[in-house]
Amino acid sequence: MTDNDMLFDYLLRLGDNSLILGQRLAEWCGHAPMLEEDLALTNIGLDLLGQARMFLSYAGEVEGKGRDEDRLAYFRDTKDWRNLLLLEQPNGDFAATMARQFFFDSFQYLQFEALARSSDERLAGIAAKSLKETTYHRRHSTDWIIRLGDGTDESHEKMQRAIDAIWGYLPEMFDMDAVDDAMVADGIGVDVTALRTAWDGYVNDVLAEATLIRPEDSWSVRGSRDGKHSEHLGYILAEMQFLPRAYPDAKW
Amino acid sequence: MSKETTNELPLYEVFIRSKNGLDHKHVGSLHAADAEMALTAARDVYTRRSEGVSIWVVKSTDIVASSPEDRGSFYEPSDDKLYRHPTFFDLPDEVGHM
Amino acid sequence: MDSSDWELEELEAAFQEKVGAEKRIEPKDWMPDKYRQTLIRQMSQHAHSEVVGMLPEGNWLTRAPSLKRKTILMAKIQDEGGHGLYLYSATETLGISRDEMFEQLHSGKAKYSSIFNYPTLNWADIGAIGWLVDGAAITNQIALCRCSYGPYARAMIRICKEESFHQRQGYEIMMTMAQGTEEQREMAQDALNRWWWPTLMMFGPNDANSANSAQSMKWKIKRQSNDDLRQKFVDATVPQAEFLNLRIPDDKLKWNEERKHYDFGEIDWEEFKAVVKGNGLCNRERLQARVEAHDGGKWVRDAALAYARKKESRKAKAA
Repeated sequence: MTDNDMLFDYLLRLGDNSLILGQRLAEWCGHAPMLEEDLALTNIGLDLLGQARMFLSYAGEVEGKGRDEDRLAYFRDTKDWRNLLLLEQPNGDFAATMARQFFFDSFQYLQFEALARSSDERLAGIAAKSLKETTYHRRHSTDWIIRLGDGTDESHEKMQRAIDAIWGYLPEMFDMDAVDDAMVADGIGVDVTALRTAWDGYVNDVLAEATLIRPEDSWSVRGSRDGKHSEHLGYILAEMQFLPRAYPDAKW
Repeated sequence: MSKETTNELPLYEVFIRSKNGLDHKHVGSLHAADAEMALTAARDVYTRRSEGVSIWVVKSTDIVASSPEDRGSFYEPSDDKLYRHPTFFDLPDEVGHM
Repeated sequence: MDSSDWELEELEAAFQEKVGAEKRIEPKDWMPDKYRQTLIRQMSQHAHSEVVGMLPEGNWLTRAPSLKRKTILMAKIQDEGGHGLYLYSATETLGISRDEMFEQLHSGKAKYSSIFNYPTLNWADIGAIGWLVDGAAITNQIALCRCSYGPYARAMIRICKEESFHQRQGYEIMMTMAQGTEEQREMAQDALNRWWWPTLMMFGPNDANSANSAQSMKWKIKRQSNDDLRQKFVDATVPQAEFLNLRIPDDKLKWNEERKHYDFGEIDWEEFKAVVKGNGLCNRERLQARVEAHDGGKWVRDAALAYARKKESRKAKAA
């Protein structure tokens, strides 16, 4: 891989994370537990879509083969997607959606904070804008972790179960491969292993306040950096990509 | 008429300052379990087009309102205090704007 | 006549005079009970329509054909949720809770606009909804900005301001489709075929058959008649369809030089009644989705409330 290929791959990871999570949140539209929350989830979804578009547009330019944000979003198959496995997991109930959101938000907050200092100015700019959005996302999901964890017996149980069910998808966030190493070496990317302590600290505090138990690190699933995914991603893509694939000559 | 629905989240009134220099203005209400939730919900509901720089939320039940029957005793006494209004005073044009 | 009757009559006369003088009625002002009930019925139906209206468009959110369209559609559906919320909020000033309104919706006692019982079958439907359904809604809502009830009028003003982009984005989708490939053009025409008549039904029964209209006009809850608003919509929309080079599915549609309006065919009121009665293609799914969201979300709301109470009592203990 050339440096350029690596940057392309790195940007895809960022863009795909935002896009797949945004797509998942779109599934909630009109079905949230209360109207106020419908508006909150769509606000977060809109932020994520906005981020995805910026990252993917940039990725397309870096690649230099004429692929724009839509070409990248609508004409790649599962093996070419780089989003974290965590984010393609189904919405489940509101506790599961908030658990997924919370662990990612608290990671993304730290990652954008670091990326805002990237030597790549364009990337730094996108990260700085996204950091503001993510600060709010994290506040929103943190509030819900605490409310549901320390709410009723029923909500506590649902929240704990949701956390247990996704715990093994979290270590992947802190993986580093050759692309990450190269990006760090160039001062472009973030050493995510260095975020671990701060992430642990924040997550532990919130879980404690929510009276939730941090699960044991007994399992972990990984693979997205190499394009290995769960079966869920194929269905997300089948739904998302259907129109442009069915009518490739059409403009929308 | 409204029956007590104890499990409904309380109603909060939302006030927004659209830009510095202006007063907070009542924009509507929403339901939330507590103040923090009301504040974030207000942000999501009432500032989707960057309408605000500052938000107040107040539990609706905490608002003390005058009633229409008070109108006479509350506001009419001011009606004859015209000296409170600048137009009450005739000043010559030469004085300029004051 | 006893003194309370006499008093009521005097209050009603004063109320009508106030309304006649274009003064707004505010929540704590005296109002006839029937005025209050009429508003609750109309405003809650309006609120329900906004919220149920999120569903047919939400149906295409995960399948929107470009990231830009997806973003715009999400923002639009979010606006609809917001508008529902403004309207529930305004209705609550009349002394009914949102939960009670939901109960009425879920039990079938309260209605929502029947247009949302139609399915969105192809992507051009999203364009047609914005162009036609929102166009019709805006025609209605502009008239309501001068409604005699203050909170309703204020909610409408806010909604109209925000909705101006909705119709434009819909028309833009239609333009893109109508000028696109042969298949896209077919989708656009198909969407227009299916949405045209249901949109005209949105304005309600003909004036001659509209039970509540006269009183509502007198109270200035309604400012223009169903037929007037419908005519206004048709007159505005026909040239827009011509520009798209799409055919409105009405053989009787013709410019009437004398009236300076378009003549158009008779609405199939049997279809209208059938859909209102529950026999539309999506009635059951729409209501079920709302019931499931509300009932299924109860544990979340209960938890939020339980947590808020715990926090309060901890604070009280600490003090």
